Amino acid sequence: MSGPGDHQVADSIEPADVQTLTMARALNAGLRRAMESDPTVLVMGEDVGALGGVFRVTDGLAKDFGDERVIDTPLAESGIVGAAIGLAMRGYRPVCEIQFDGFIYPAFDQLVSQLAKMHYRTAGAVRVPVVVRVPYGGGIGAVEHHSESPEAYFAHTAGLRVVTCATPQDAHWMIQQAIASDDPVMFFEPKRRYWDKGSVDLRAASAPLDRARVVRSGERLTIAAYGPMVRTALDAATVAEHEGISIEVVDLRSLSPLDVPTLVASVERTRRLVVVHEAQTFLGMGAEIAARITEACFYQLEAPVLRVGGFHTPYPASRVEEDYLPDVDRVLEAADRVLAY
Amino acid sequence: MTQTTSSTTGLTSDRLLEAYRIMRTIREFEERVHAEFATGDIPGFVHLYAGEEASAAGVCMHLDDRDAIASTHRGHGHCIAKGVDPTGMMAEIYGKITGTCRGKGGSMHIADLSKGMLGANGIVGGGPPLICGTALAAKFAGQGGVGVAFFGDGASNQGTTLEALNLAAVWNLPAVFVAENNGYAETTSSTWSVASDNIADRAAAFGMPGVIVDGFDFFAVHEAAGEAISRARAGGGPTLIEMKFTRYYGHFEGDQQKYRADEVAQAREHLDCLLRFRTTVTGDGRVSAQALDAVDADVAALIDEAVAKAKADPKPGDDDLTTDVYITY
Repeated sequence: MSGPGDHQVADSIEPADVQTLTMARALNAGLRRAMESDPTVLVMGEDVGALGGVFRVTDGLAKDFGDERVIDTPLAESGIVGAAIGLAMRGYRPVCEIQFDGFIYPAFDQLVSQLAKMHYRTAGAVRVPVVVRVPYGGGIGAVEHHSESPEAYFAHTAGLRVVTCATPQDAHWMIQQAIASDDPVMFFEPKRRYWDKGSVDLRAASAPLDRARVVRSGERLTIAAYGPMVRTALDAATVAEHEGISIEVVDLRSLSPLDVPTLVASVERTRRLVVVHEAQTFLGMGAEIAARITEACFYQLEAPVLRVGGFHTPYPASRVEEDYLPDVDRVLEAADRVLAY
Repeated sequence: MTQTTSSTTGLTSDRLLEAYRIMRTIREFEERVHAEFATGDIPGFVHLYAGEEASAAGVCMHLDDRDAIASTHRGHGHCIAKGVDPTGMMAEIYGKITGTCRGKGGSMHIADLSKGMLGANGIVGGGPPLICGTALAAKFAGQGGVGVAFFGDGASNQGTTLEALNLAAVWNLPAVFVAENNGYAETTSSTWSVASDNIADRAAAFGMPGVIVDGFDFFAVHEAAGEAISRARAGGGPTLIEMKFTRYYGHFEGDQQKYRADEVAQAREHLDCLLRFRTTVTGDGRVSAQALDAVDADVAALIDEAVAKAKADPKPGDDDLTTDVYITY
């Protein structure tokens, strides 16, 4: 079915400024653009150079930008983040890759006590525009340390921005926005969505870095989700539509700051909210969102805000992770419960 | 590993007076903070550097605007030696809005990037990784800049310090790691907590030179630091220097120090860096006792003024609670 002319035909149908890319390629292209436009942008981490990262997000960057801008590090997460802070204090914009979510814990002190606090501690005299990229979440059969969702630890820490992308379009733009941010940014990438393809508009971002987006309009209830769970929420909304239930889906995108006004505007119309995330519900993002929305929309809400998320256990064995991770059924079950009020 | 001994060669009278002024300023500052803390006017806690002055002075006299240092919870001496204004520092310790960091850093987090002082650090072992970053930036810049990480015997056992030593060696960084072994991590003796005989012994494991220095001896420190810093500036990679000495006060002000015997009185009488410096430079006639006395008087007046100003200066207001958390949020 394919021939030598197909590529040209495809190009004429799809202009070069709108491309279909996997999330990993979209991130790669975003990093490349950031490095091209700003010589102070550096990429550093374990195996980011010649290998291009274990998920190939930095593929080809070392070849094109050299080993002074794409820096392979020893396996030392504190050292990576600490060195990035020092580089930032000397005018660079380092982008650290932490290879897997669970590997962030050895760097916790440098992130929470140094990176997050440096600007405040110096009364604004020091800026540390470091981006820390973290592939996170489950769904790849890799048990704990390689499947975790540690975002709430960092959202809890004043001084860090925490964002997460759900689509190749957002991945491409949010990484560039994160690098341009003068504040440190924890950038969570849903690793099981790395290979999902989507349309990427190379001309413009969908929204500013700190805004939530309504990604599906609906009437009866709002589902707030982020990262890997946005697709799950959208799939649930599609199923519900067949049953005559119209669900609105909000992709939070930024977890700190949290775009409460966008959520409030949605819930004021739908009067019901379900929050979905992979992380455990106990003291997770959903707990904060439930509190904030209950306070802001107390008289509009028809039902309590419900949460769908992981259990208060370590990330489970690979053969039972499907029982742990929120899926369409669990999201719809929560939707039924809020609609029953 | 080498053991460095004292030498006065290579320093002019002006530089000797400068060295003395730095050490005397640190001593006067710390003795005064000790006295003032006892009155209850200073919030939180302070960790005094008195006794260790030769280390900060002997190292930082080799540094300039290209260079950065990372410091510790016992950081006042490093700040002064790297040129941070003692008046602002005193106000910072008093928590006043005129402080180096508008009172947001306090004693344990005084930072002044304009002086290449990345910050004192309340986290033991927090600083060495940062120096790998500034040293890497200095290497990229190619102007001969270096990074110096000061840390204590306690931090020598932290993973961050060992990660930083390895990074510095792997990247061949222009970095110098200065282990200030004052004998105790809080109340825990380094003879017990450091598994090797010396912290400097660990340098061999990272393929870098390790040097043990009498930390009370300004000239020994100055010479060892000079050699390490010159090597770093020339692309020769990192060095680990261990200063051996005693701190004159407790881990923090208020520490009853039941874990140690009378070593401080012995050190003050026989080993003190200021006394030895004075004896050496007046003995060979390079600097007169009168010139040193004049420095003493100058410094005493400076610290008097700093304390009076810090006491009188305003506190931060409620508005300061929410500033400087983010740049844009």
